[in-house]
Amino acid sequence: MCAAEPWQKAEISGPMKSFVIQKPDVAAALIKKAKHPVLIVGHEAVEAENDINFIDYIVKIAKAGKIPIIASGKSFSEIRKFTSALLMPIVEAANRLIDPNWSGADGLGHHDLALFIAIPYYVEWLILSGIKHFSSVKTISLDRFYQPHASWSFPNLTVKDWVKNLNDLIKALEEGLKNVDV
Amino acid sequence: MSKKTLRLKIDELKTSLGDIKNFELSIGKIIEEAWEEEFGPTPFPSTSDLRSWDLKLIEKYKPFYMPFCDVCCLCTMGKCDLTKDKRGACGLNMAAQQSRIVLLACCIGAATHTAHARHLVEHLIEKYGRKFLIDVGGVSVEVEAPIIRLVCGIRPKTLEDLEDVLDYVEKEIVQLLSATHTGQEGSFIDFESKIFHAGMLDHVAMEAADIAQISAYGFPKADPEAPLIEIGFGVVDKSKPTILVIGHNVPSAISIVDYLEDNGLRDKVEVCGICCTAHDLSRYDSKAKIIGPISWQLRFIRSGIPDVIVVDEQCIRADALIEAQKIKAPLIATSEKNCLGLLDKTADQPAEVIKDLVDGKIPGALILDNDKIGEIAVKTALLTASNRVKFKSIPDVQGVIEEAKKCRKCNECSRACPNNLPIPKAIEEASKGGLKDLAELLDLCIGCGRCESACPGNLPIHSFMVVAAEKKLKEEKFKVRAGRGAIQDIEIRQVGSPIVLGEIPGVIAFVGCANYPKSGREVAEMAEEFAKRNYIIVSSGCAAMSMAMYKNEEGKTIYEMYPGVFDAGGISNVGSCVSNSHIAGAAIKIASIFARRKLRGNYEEIADYILNRVGAVGVGWGAMSQKAASIASGFWRLGIPVIVGPHGFKYRRMLLGRKERKEDWYVYDARSGEKVYVGPAPEHLFYSAENKEEAMVMIPKLCMRPNDTTKGRAIKLTNYIDLHKKIYGTLPDDIYMFIRTVADIPITMKDEVLKFLKEKEWEENIIPDPTLLPRLIRKRRE
Ligand code: SF4
Ligand code: SF4
Ligand code: SF4
Repeated sequence: MCAAEPWQKAEISGPMKSFVIQKPDVAAALIKKAKHPVLIVGHEAVEAENDINFIDYIVKIAKAGKIPIIASGKSFSEIRKFTSALLMPIVEAANRLIDPNWSGADGLGHHDLALFIAIPYYVEWLILSGIKHFSSVKTISLDRFYQPHASWSFPNLTVKDWVKNLNDLIKALEEGLKNVDV
Repeated sequence: MSKKTLRLKIDELKTSLGDIKNFELSIGKIIEEAWEEEFGPTPFPSTSDLRSWDLKLIEKYKPFYMPFCDVCCLCTMGKCDLTKDKRGACGLNMAAQQSRIVLLACCIGAATHTAHARHLVEHLIEKYGRKFLIDVGGVSVEVEAPIIRLVCGIRPKTLEDLEDVLDYVEKEIVQLLSATHTGQEGSFIDFESKIFHAGMLDHVAMEAADIAQISAYGFPKADPEAPLIEIGFGVVDKSKPTILVIGHNVPSAISIVDYLEDNGLRDKVEVCGICCTAHDLSRYDSKAKIIGPISWQLRFIRSGIPDVIVVDEQCIRADALIEAQKIKAPLIATSEKNCLGLLDKTADQPAEVIKDLVDGKIPGALILDNDKIGEIAVKTALLTASNRVKFKSIPDVQGVIEEAKKCRKCNECSRACPNNLPIPKAIEEASKGGLKDLAELLDLCIGCGRCESACPGNLPIHSFMVVAAEKKLKEEKFKVRAGRGAIQDIEIRQVGSPIVLGEIPGVIAFVGCANYPKSGREVAEMAEEFAKRNYIIVSSGCAAMSMAMYKNEEGKTIYEMYPGVFDAGGISNVGSCVSNSHIAGAAIKIASIFARRKLRGNYEEIADYILNRVGAVGVGWGAMSQKAASIASGFWRLGIPVIVGPHGFKYRRMLLGRKERKEDWYVYDARSGEKVYVGPAPEHLFYSAENKEEAMVMIPKLCMRPNDTTKGRAIKLTNYIDLHKKIYGTLPDDIYMFIRTVADIPITMKDEVLKFLKEKEWEENIIPDPTLLPRLIRKRRE
């Protein structure tokens, strides 16, 4: 199952839709290419879906890609057991991301790429729209469902395919990337 | 006469007569005035009169827009693609388009309350006369209409005075609406200012509506001990004919209970309600029963319990008639704003209408005369009840199991569900005979019916949940305190000082609709947590109902556990949506009664006072409607932040502060004229939380104000730090921004906090007499 249509059917975005990430390598390449990416994690990371240890994937992605984390809700409390993270509500993070003068999640300045995961579908949908329209920041949704307002998004995936994608992404980041065209 | 002329006249009177004894309104009517308080600068403010105040707020709390879609389709030059910085054919950009949509929403909200108020006032004048006196609390409430006094600069004495107020509001809403036309307003900043104006007008209209109905119908008058009312799915005695009322505008429902009383039938018929009409009916008749919030419509109608359904206006399902027909219950529409395609039977003989309804010759009728509604609804209920024997439109358990087997597992239901509920899994369980999952989903369901609409197999999914949860639903019997109306002046005098000094850590208003991300239980949990922490809790509308629908171990609801006073640890219900005006009114009265600030037409100064001193926060956890948008907007202009639940992101723009930008957080010290850094207090004006935990940390934070004394700030910080630690396990990383002096630090956390401050190279600061208005500086700097 891999359809590039919004998960919530009425959420039609308009002329500018996100590219579908068919292969996780593409996401890894985008991350590598970015000057200063950031990973934004919503509270759903602690609400395990089908017994997946979400936090484990998130920490691995962040470590493999050397990406600072901004986490909201209880996801923050869990993530910080394994790596450092900045606690910040999603809406505040998005509002700062669109400001080119913001000091960034790690104090190293503006982020040119933001990855999103574990945010309620409709919340992420709107947050991505705000970033798309009011900044030059590129966005990737790593969630299980297609997010049309992102720059790149996974399509709607089964849990199995999604887990595979996350694993492949981690692997690609860990290995470093060679010749992937974006 | 233009607004300018009005102003001129006031000035002339001021210079020639000193105190104003009367003045001419823009609508050309002379009001006898014996109010010695002199006019402030902005009585009956026009669209731009408070613009400079709005710009101050927008500068601090910048809009963050989250467009629903990339295009604009409001005129035939479109659709226009506004992606990124593209402009439409008319020259508009995305920020302006988003704020224009928010303004439209707020105009709809304000117009709805104004039309509601207009109908009420006209109806009550017809019934009780123009000179009927306004009385919202006898001697306990001297400031009868704080918002109207503040905005309009008049003291309404009679129902007739409210007509003048509504004339003004209607005129202004037309101005605002016209600004949304293609080729009018072009800047998001001015759309934002107009949004504030719409919200302020909305609060005026709500106050007019509520003080009119409190006065004329004898609702509880600022009564902290208003009676406890039965609420819940199971409160109706099903052996009796049952009339269900739905909506917000109560005269038709009152005509029903009046008819029952007048004819000795009150104990023979059940009258119950959904949404704010239910609140207001229970303020009139404590025997009236409340079923639940707006989201209870489908589940209750489909249960087949109502024999007649009477709808008035606002928040009524557009398919109410179709649902009523499914259970063979006649429907009576009673508002010009919601005729539902029914034949107008107002002029017909009631006996004929009743016969047609009972015989099923017509599915319903439009009756626009309140004197007839009572008789028609009651007689129809008595006759229909015996015929239809509670005809349900939900299947039985076996039916659910059989139907569930037809599910194709296509996921269309989940994809349509606003809360993305795992319906297919629950249906699969049901097909094997297990209804537990379906029953549990009902608590998370907002009763919208979108799942059913989407299902290719036409499975009545919401009904399945209702069947699965039937046993629990039948046992749902709770108590909610009837809407008390205004807050007494004496209550304000008692809490004014501790609120302004910060010793009562805040006033939290749980208001608005029932579009919850999870269960309504979250509202009850938040309210209780903060009541225990000695905040003042007020509620209204659907939120007030949701708060009532859970019990503690002793079987008591929140309204039975906590007193209905406006005081630390009290939980009060002010009433219906229009009663929200008493919450804003309480904040205004703190400035006027406790601090003796002048109220009359003095909006900016009072809003400045509230923003800097009154630690109040509104929480619309399930905010859904355009009315909720305009209510929130009225709070923003007054300097009261509002938090909405995650569905509130769909209001598509937030007003967010940036705490790290030191330059944003300076105020004037009114004593010296110095500019003083006061930290981000309050940090945001409109904020959407991702989940309950996030809201629980944000609420105490947004209660902080520049004026807090050290003792007050320490109490507020204790709550903020404590909740932050409890939820996230850490000390908040921004506390150094809220600590002005060492005395601000909560005593029990001193060592830990001092250590942290050291790392942040924190410096002491003074606590000013804060204001954003240079004209309030008492001594100018050289
Ligand atoms: S109002 Fe302006 S932006 Fe909207 S469709 Fe018309 S021309 Fe385009
Ligand atoms: S009725 Fe309930 S389950 Fe169905 S779509 Fe609406 S919220 Fe979801
Ligand atoms: S939409 Fe209907 S058929 Fe499809 S999964 Fe849901 S219940 Fe089953």
